[in-house]
Amino acid sequence: MNEHQQTLLEFMQQQADKLAVQTMQHIGLTFISLFFAVLIGLPLGIVIARKRQLSGSVLGFAGVLQTIPSIALLGFMIPLLGIGPKPAIVALLLYALLPIIRNTYTGITGVDAAVKEAATAMGMSKWQILFKVELPLAMPVILAGIRTATVINVGVATLASFIAAGGLGEFIFGGISLNNTNMILAGAIPAALLAIIFDFLLSLVQKLNFRKLKRSSYALPIVLLLLSSFYFIPTAYGSKLTAGFTPEFMGRQDGNLGLESKYGLKIHTIVISDAVMYKAAYQKELDVISGYSTDGRLKAYGLVVLDDDKGIFPPYYAAPIVRNDALKKFPELERTLNLLSGKINDSVMTDLNYRTDYLHQSPERVAKDFLVNHKLFKPARKANEENIVRIGSKIFGEQYILANMYSMLIKGYTNYDVSTKTGLGGTKICFDALTNNQIDFYPEYTGTGLLAILQASSKTINEVTKNKDSTYNYVQREFKKQYQISWLKPIGFNNAYALMMREQQAKSLNIKTISNLKRYLNSK
Amino acid sequence: MIKVKDISKHFGKVKAVDTISFEVQEQENLILLGTSGCGKTTTLKMINRLIEPTSGSIFINGKNIADEQPETLRRGIGYVLQNNGLFPHYTVAENIAVVPQLLKWDKKKIADRTAELMEKLHLSSDYLHAYPNELSGGQQQRIGLARALVSDPPVLLMDEPFGALDNVTRASIHKEFKALDELKRKTIIMVTHDVQEAFELGDRICLMDKGKIIQSGTPTDLLFSPPNNFVKDFLKDQRLQLEFKAIRLLDIWDLLPDLHKTDQSPTISANTNLWTGLEQFKFTDSETISISKDQNEIKIIGFEQLMSAFNQYKNKQGHE
Ligand SMILES: Nc1ncnc2c1ncn2[C@@H]1O[C@H](COP(=O)(O)OP(=O)(O)O)[C@@H](O)[C@H]1O
Ligand SMILES: [Mg+2]
Repeated sequence: MNEHQQTLLEFMQQQADKLAVQTMQHIGLTFISLFFAVLIGLPLGIVIARKRQLSGSVLGFAGVLQTIPSIALLGFMIPLLGIGPKPAIVALLLYALLPIIRNTYTGITGVDAAVKEAATAMGMSKWQILFKVELPLAMPVILAGIRTATVINVGVATLASFIAAGGLGEFIFGGISLNNTNMILAGAIPAALLAIIFDFLLSLVQKLNFRKLKRSSYALPIVLLLLSSFYFIPTAYGSKLTAGFTPEFMGRQDGNLGLESKYGLKIHTIVISDAVMYKAAYQKELDVISGYSTDGRLKAYGLVVLDDDKGIFPPYYAAPIVRNDALKKFPELERTLNLLSGKINDSVMTDLNYRTDYLHQSPERVAKDFLVNHKLFKPARKANEENIVRIGSKIFGEQYILANMYSMLIKGYTNYDVSTKTGLGGTKICFDALTNNQIDFYPEYTGTGLLAILQASSKTINEVTKNKDSTYNYVQREFKKQYQISWLKPIGFNNAYALMMREQQAKSLNIKTISNLKRYLNSK
Repeated sequence: MIKVKDISKHFGKVKAVDTISFEVQEQENLILLGTSGCGKTTTLKMINRLIEPTSGSIFINGKNIADEQPETLRRGIGYVLQNNGLFPHYTVAENIAVVPQLLKWDKKKIADRTAELMEKLHLSSDYLHAYPNELSGGQQQRIGLARALVSDPPVLLMDEPFGALDNVTRASIHKEFKALDELKRKTIIMVTHDVQEAFELGDRICLMDKGKIIQSGTPTDLLFSPPNNFVKDFLKDQRLQLEFKAIRLLDIWDLLPDLHKTDQSPTISANTNLWTGLEQFKFTDSETISISKDQNEIKIIGFEQLMSAFNQYKNKQGHE
């Protein structure tokens, strides 16, 4: 326990710069959006307090906005506003709107009618009543709304990192995808602290008496603007190109850390979710992205992979892994699965992925078309229902296609029956299903086997990732020894991490390798 | 000074005020009296246009108020609410300064006028920086009055101004109210459901029921020439006390004999009512009291003479 806390502290010390930047961005995002939410919500609340017949629809609309899941709302923003702070601020603003409008409305309509009547009777105009009587008396309630909105915003702002707007979400979601608890906590703890601190400070403001409230209500917009400006303080060092990396890539030795240490690559980087990264590159919001080399979107968006000439990305060659007892039980299985070996290279796999992910063809059809074209397809034989081979796959397109191909091959070349369990979450779920005899085989990648399953030491990793064969040999040997599981022959493609750029830009800048990229960035 | 002509106010089907007319003379104190829901507040609020009448018109100093800017009109009319309607977020000083600030007085003038009113209303200047919720009900009511009086408007509208006070506080405020010179110069319309209060403070009374005026006249008119049983019944419970309050010693002056005795007690004015005369017997514990008319004529009388004159007066009223 003690040791654990120390390492968290160490992590935070080591990443202090990043932590400071992310915290500033987080505060900035929260308060820029809050500022605009007040700017819009307060007048709206006043308007519906005056014209009550509008209150139902306005509050209803703001309420609906708040029920949209945050990720979805951010998603809606991208086609309208692209990526970066703009869509994040708008999304946060929309979330903050409801409590501000609602509390302004409740605050103003809750002012004692006798007091309002007295104000009217003394000859105050509508505006004078608003500013001298209604708003000051409603202020505690309005402040409560702003307080709620602030806490909501601190929370939702963690998601801003999905669309490259920064904030503490970079650590939180990077940590989640890397399964790095320290990293998660380094983001989550400051975020929680921010929420608690702002909540506390605003509760103090709320409790001020009227005299002090008057003064502080002038100070409030200034404080808001000041906190908002935090976002702009840590503008990262500029460079000619902008990179967008996933949170996972940012924290990996075989990711951004390796790019920095082995290539000395220094590039203006924003953190972004995998879901929008490719499109952002296509739309020229980003120039360099971290993707997977067989992703269908590579083709869809006209991107090319830069050659990893120093070999920092470990090979991720795909091959079926089978439990040894299944190989014994189904003697024809190995030969059948090996029919696919060497048949699918990177560009073929990218193309197949492109068809399912982008053209939305079914994995089954894509699999069959491929087998037919390569003269591998045979119609299903009559199956013996006693012998059922259970195929597993992870939860993304490529794995569905492979599972379908294997299923067709088994049915066509053997008398075994087949059941498929596709969509088995991540690596851990798939692998556990295999070792627990829930499935008989699934396609795995050498890199995943090495890093995620065997969790090899960095020394080993350095040694065996020099080339694809040494990696394959190592995982084959270790799996046999530790799990009685066999790696069959590789299918051919390497679905590794890769840096990619728009094909046109890469060509015009004459960048083919990561070293080329570095040279370009360093020139002048 | 104020002329209300055939005004009505309908809320949907409810005729809150139904074609009523009355006039108030300059410096007169008119009371709108009636049970709860009879339309008093609605009538009052139409005079400073907090409510617009359904029909009819109201003139102040000959000008139709419908032709004036409501804000301008209201700044010239003091308004006191039942629950005082003080601004809870303003200090006493700030509450009193609301209208002067709307009228753009300078700071010194506001401060001087505030100090003056605080003194007249027997409020310590320590309270100037207190908030309303730190004051007693009676004090709040006085601040409400000060706020209405601060710009010295010629007209004052009061809606059950003492309704929220306990009886003892109310009695003492009534006394101050009558003694306050600021109020003597004003044309006042006051709403109340309390008959005693109406008789104590009103020069004339409009007795209302279901949106209509049943009788409008001086307290003695209401007592001795009621047009119908409604008025009689309305006053029945407290009739004797009301009569003592309504009849001035001056009214029965000619019926009072002079006992030509010497009397040590302070002389009271014939302008005061019979009630004050009766109280004098109790306060001084003597057989006789002395009453002066116009500072020169003095009569010394005993309790029996007073009661006998009162009875004769009542009989005479009944025969008219
Ligand atoms: N804003 C309103 N809407 C509907 N009815 C009203 C409104 N104000 C007053 N009334 C009705 O008009 C009648 C007279 O009310 P009001 O003038 O307040 O009576 P009072 O002051 O004599 O007690 C009552 O029956 C009351 O219910
Ligand atoms: Mg009333």
